[in-house]
Amino acid sequence: MFDKYNPLKKKQFRLINPQGTLVNKPEFTKDTDSILEEGLKRMLLARTVDLKAVSFQRQGRMYTYPPNLGQEAIAAAAGLVMRDEDWLVPAYRELGAWMAKGATLKEMFLYWSGFEEGGAFNNASNMMPVSVPIASQLLHATGIGFALKYKKEPGAVFAFCGDGGTSEGDFHEALNFAGVWKVPVVFVVQNNGYAISCPVSRQTAAESIAIKSVAYGIRGIQVDGNDLAACYQSMKTARDFAEKEQEPILIECMTYRAGAHTTSDDPGRYRSKEEEEKWKKEDPIARIRKFLVRAERWSESEEEKLVEQFGKQVDVAFQEVESAPPYPLEDVFRYQFSEIPENLRREMAAYQRFASWKEAQA
Amino acid sequence: MKVMNLVQAINSALDIKLNEDPSMVLYGEDTGVEGGVFRVTEGLQEKYGEGRVFDSPLAESAIAGTAVGMAVAGLNPVVEMQFSGFVLPAMNQIISHVARIRNRTRGKLTSAVTIRMPYGGGIRALEHHSESLEAIFAHVPGLRVVIPSTPYDAKGLLISAIESEDPVIFMEPKRIYRAIKQEVPEERFTIPLDTARVVQPGEDITVIAYGAMIRECQKAAALAKKNGISVEIIDLRSIFPIDRGTIGASVKKTGRVLAVTESAATCGVASELVTIATEEAFLNLEAPPRRLAGFDTIMPLPKGENYYMHEPARIFYEIRQLMDY
Repeated sequence: MFDKYNPLKKKQFRLINPQGTLVNKPEFTKDTDSILEEGLKRMLLARTVDLKAVSFQRQGRMYTYPPNLGQEAIAAAAGLVMRDEDWLVPAYRELGAWMAKGATLKEMFLYWSGFEEGGAFNNASNMMPVSVPIASQLLHATGIGFALKYKKEPGAVFAFCGDGGTSEGDFHEALNFAGVWKVPVVFVVQNNGYAISCPVSRQTAAESIAIKSVAYGIRGIQVDGNDLAACYQSMKTARDFAEKEQEPILIECMTYRAGAHTTSDDPGRYRSKEEEEKWKKEDPIARIRKFLVRAERWSESEEEKLVEQFGKQVDVAFQEVESAPPYPLEDVFRYQFSEIPENLRREMAAYQRFASWKEAQA
Repeated sequence: MKVMNLVQAINSALDIKLNEDPSMVLYGEDTGVEGGVFRVTEGLQEKYGEGRVFDSPLAESAIAGTAVGMAVAGLNPVVEMQFSGFVLPAMNQIISHVARIRNRTRGKLTSAVTIRMPYGGGIRALEHHSESLEAIFAHVPGLRVVIPSTPYDAKGLLISAIESEDPVIFMEPKRIYRAIKQEVPEERFTIPLDTARVVQPGEDITVIAYGAMIRECQKAAALAKKNGISVEIIDLRSIFPIDRGTIGASVKKTGRVLAVTESAATCGVASELVTIATEEAFLNLEAPPRRLAGFDTIMPLPKGENYYMHEPARIFYEIRQLMDY
């Protein structure tokens, strides 16, 4: 696959087109075919969470949130490919992959509601926290890959960033080190066309992001990121290759950020409605649905029930978060070091004295 | 005169300088088409073209580093870091080059770039969006560090920063970007980069602060007034260099000083202010100078933010402690 889709050949790997038609039968494996229903379910769950999150934010019940809308296939595919021993190194827009690693709805909503406790993802294993400084996490992925190799442990690392992230020095350093050290890392770039308002054409003069792999001496491939089947199959192949050959791979998933950068952003300022409409036809959920419905493997009425059930799950989790106890003062201090040092205890005590005084005043 | 908030005042300063200085270019992440995530550069690309006001690729180190190159080659770059928490990849360029080019070349070359960035908490933001890093910049030899607290000061100080022969880190208190409105001249005016401002005169105690904390200190001073305490508030405006004269004169008069900062206490700006007050007015002190700084912790996420951000009652409480000493 990686020879055939060598980025220098400027080909994009796609299996199912936006009309839901299988366009690449010879390369479509049974394994990939077998995960499509589960993949669609996961995308639907991710979308339900995402749409609800945006609406909770709009209602003033949650803080700033970065929507995943339109990009669900990539994270769902990674989630289906990752094994327990594999590591996930997220950016912040791949919630389907977090859930696959065990992150719960409650944890995610706690995090986006402003509790660090949620962002710890205690229910997930082999998962790094959300990384806001763009592309900085990719170096951690290379380090984790080194540790797996050093300890001769099975597994691979899935590291995420966006197209904007590929402009940061850390992106290049991470791929360069990974290439030199030959570590099992799958770098997934979600090329959704925009870094906030900045189109990818202003990020790089290169023909693609996948082609950058050539300069680091590693494999790379460009994939239709709205095609669950293509995402899954390329990531699965990449994962097994990375683990077996102990080599990194760069996968560029071509997608579109159908929503805003975050709930603070207004895409109407920098892109056209026509462009957004065009991409709606590429929706990753719609195309797998079409494919499965045509094959009589999916029922839209069942889907309705499923989504309703997902909605209820989300509401229950969010209610738990909304009734969470207040943030205790000690939580500001207790995780800075293994033990709270004396000077921090003094600062905490000073605040407590003020709080008691204030209470006495009222 | 026109009523402006901080965003409009900063925009006005940028507009005036772009208009009168053809060597000025303005760039950063989303500063062009979008007009910045806080809309500070709104309308400037339309007015001055993509050649002078543009979006850079997403790379803070490159933004600062290319600005050095432009500056030594005769341009006047004004760059934006989207949030002060995102400036960290650029620190190598800022500390190793922006701050040092003049000294390294014995004045032959200068890198008088202006690096703007919104800073500070109180806006219920995600991690890395609420940092106050002014003490880190002030600690670096070779950088001027400026923080306005009003629209008027923001405009006058920014024009001075852009015209300065020195590199200036211009930090904008985003919490009050739109919270304070004031009459500001529409035309060009400047404010010297190294002078503090007496916000309100008082007799009993000097409170020194800057940026978004000024407004909180004014509220605390109003509480104090009700309790018969007359507070003099000094707005530092320049974090480096610090205006020792204004501080010394005030503390000699009041005999008590409270330094208020949002950023962490240890090795912070408040520590510097307490030192200066002690050096300048030791024999006049009626109580040990006091700091109210941020905890020495990582800025909490929104649900813990209330503990971290100083409320007026906390500032008043500290004033009280000093008065009761």
